[in-house]
Amino acid sequence: MAPVAATLVASQAPGSLVLSAAGEWLVTTAADLDQELRALRMPTGTRVTLDLSGIDRLDTTGAWLLLRTEHDLMDRGNAVEMRNLRPNFEPLIEQLRAAGKITPVRHPRPAHHTIAGFIGRIGEISLGLFARAYSILGFFGIASATALRLILHPRRLRMTAVVAQMEQTGVNALPIVGLLTFLIGVVIAFQGADYLRPYGLENYTVPLTGASIFRELGVLLTAIILAGRSGSAFTAQIGTMRVNEEIDAMLTIGLDPVEVLVLPRLFALLVTLPMLALCANFMGIFGGGLMAWAELGIGIPEFLKQLSTIAPWSFWIGMIKSPFFAIIIALIGCYEGFQVTGSAESVGRLTTLSVVEAIFLVIVTDAGFSIFFSALEI
Amino acid sequence: MADYSGEPIIRVRGLVTRFGVDIIHDGLDLDVFRGEVLGVVGASGSGKSVLLRTIIGLNRPIAGRIEILGKEILTNGDMDRREIEQRWGVLFQNGALFSSLTVAQNIEVPLKEYFAMPPRLMDEIAAFKIGIVGLPEGTGEKYPAQLSGGMRKRSGLARALALDPEIVFLDEPTAGLDPIAAGDFDALIRDLRSSLGLTVFMVTHDLDTLFAICDRVAILVDKKIRVGSLEEMLQDDHPWIQSYFHGPRGRAALLSEAEHLAISGTAVISCA
Repeated sequence: MAPVAATLVASQAPGSLVLSAAGEWLVTTAADLDQELRALRMPTGTRVTLDLSGIDRLDTTGAWLLLRTEHDLMDRGNAVEMRNLRPNFEPLIEQLRAAGKITPVRHPRPAHHTIAGFIGRIGEISLGLFARAYSILGFFGIASATALRLILHPRRLRMTAVVAQMEQTGVNALPIVGLLTFLIGVVIAFQGADYLRPYGLENYTVPLTGASIFRELGVLLTAIILAGRSGSAFTAQIGTMRVNEEIDAMLTIGLDPVEVLVLPRLFALLVTLPMLALCANFMGIFGGGLMAWAELGIGIPEFLKQLSTIAPWSFWIGMIKSPFFAIIIALIGCYEGFQVTGSAESVGRLTTLSVVEAIFLVIVTDAGFSIFFSALEI
Repeated sequence: MADYSGEPIIRVRGLVTRFGVDIIHDGLDLDVFRGEVLGVVGASGSGKSVLLRTIIGLNRPIAGRIEILGKEILTNGDMDRREIEQRWGVLFQNGALFSSLTVAQNIEVPLKEYFAMPPRLMDEIAAFKIGIVGLPEGTGEKYPAQLSGGMRKRSGLARALALDPEIVFLDEPTAGLDPIAAGDFDALIRDLRSSLGLTVFMVTHDLDTLFAICDRVAILVDKKIRVGSLEEMLQDDHPWIQSYFHGPRGRAALLSEAEHLAISGTAVISCA
């Protein structure tokens, strides 16, 4: 780029001040010109002539600087006259003038930079949390009511959509769920054997692995993987449909978005999550058994015998939780999708939120079940 | 106003683009001259937008040369490209505003990227750009999601004009606007062209726009391009061009243009 080649020179003439602008008044030189103009000591109540004969090139930014200077001078009670502007630059000035008076754009500033603002923000967030919980509860209600209606009229259930969702959330998730729980089984058995051996308790390795996988890890890991994999997909799918106004289109055609979009996903997950949890249990036990054999030399009959020492309820405690997790993941995923407004940015934000919320609620529910089952003493 | 004798500001030679097995352009030549408004038309799928995207370097052709402002853009390095990018502005079909920034911040993005300006000056520049494109005051603080389609287009144009470019590429600037807004947009482009000496490369479907502001028309037919003044193109005997200009819509636009010329005295006043 050319060196800075724009200047403004002030000189006194009888009875008036002459400001001579020269050079290239362009966006490239604007930063320096702006500095120069702001440093200019403005007179008050005299006649000022802006001599523009020396301006070789002018663009809108340069023209704006000229107009701003004129304006500032007039504000101080000077009589200002622009002179000798090349005729081909006239339209530029005219167009800027026509755009009207300009006040710099204000940027919305975050309010929480003061202590009061900070406290206010805490309150805002807390109220927002309650409003959100209320709204989620409302959505659960709508979904339940629609589900009940659908159970009374099972023909309205969109089987194609349910099966498609089952494939996406179930069959396609099988490899990752299986692999991860297999590895967790391996890790628990290996670590368990390592820690229990010094106490001569290595025979407890198999029950330890079995109980932790059946009761907690199998179903919990499945739920967390599905929250990340399918819950996020639900939010993104429904959210994108909202951005494209597809939901609005459905409403005008008389389709119920809850019935068309939410229930197939809910029913699909209600079937696939328990099934995946079952597979997860199997793979976890398989991994644990493999490790028990490699580390402790426990064969299949011995392994099965040791496994049968754990409480028979353990397996069912895990499985009972799975439909609850399915409901949480499906409904949170869909709910956040419906919260999308307008921009693509909110799809991303709400997808993150949906995964975090679903995992949070899954773990809170799991803790609740723990308390419940310990109260029942099983 | 346009200078057709000098060097073209954009020169495309032997351009070939292909998607998979579909050849979009086959040996296309095009010159755009300084200070002209060139309207590019063609049937849907004839490769208008692809041509625009290829010229601005978003799509790599199979063969051909593209020179902008005297620089070959396909072979030159990043530094040259950055220099050229400072001298053009692009308006995408839906504005393509950054959704996480306000309109004013959108306009300030290129300013921040290329110049070390004090924030206050940038805010002033953003404000008058918003004024120039005819957006109401206060638009600058809004986010793109809060704007209507027409306002988004105007904001996109304001961002395209942020660096006072020499060339502006417009991809269907009036599509989706109501006729009044589209007419305003045409007037805006015409004003900017006359005051800034802009060169405008415009892809459009809008016959009214074509008749109102384009100096020359480039028509994409048979994977090549035919360029000429409107009068010349009206005489062209290619069947697609014939049906394009002499179909019911083409005739209506022609008719209104004739009226416009008849009362052009008053038209100028209403535009000013």
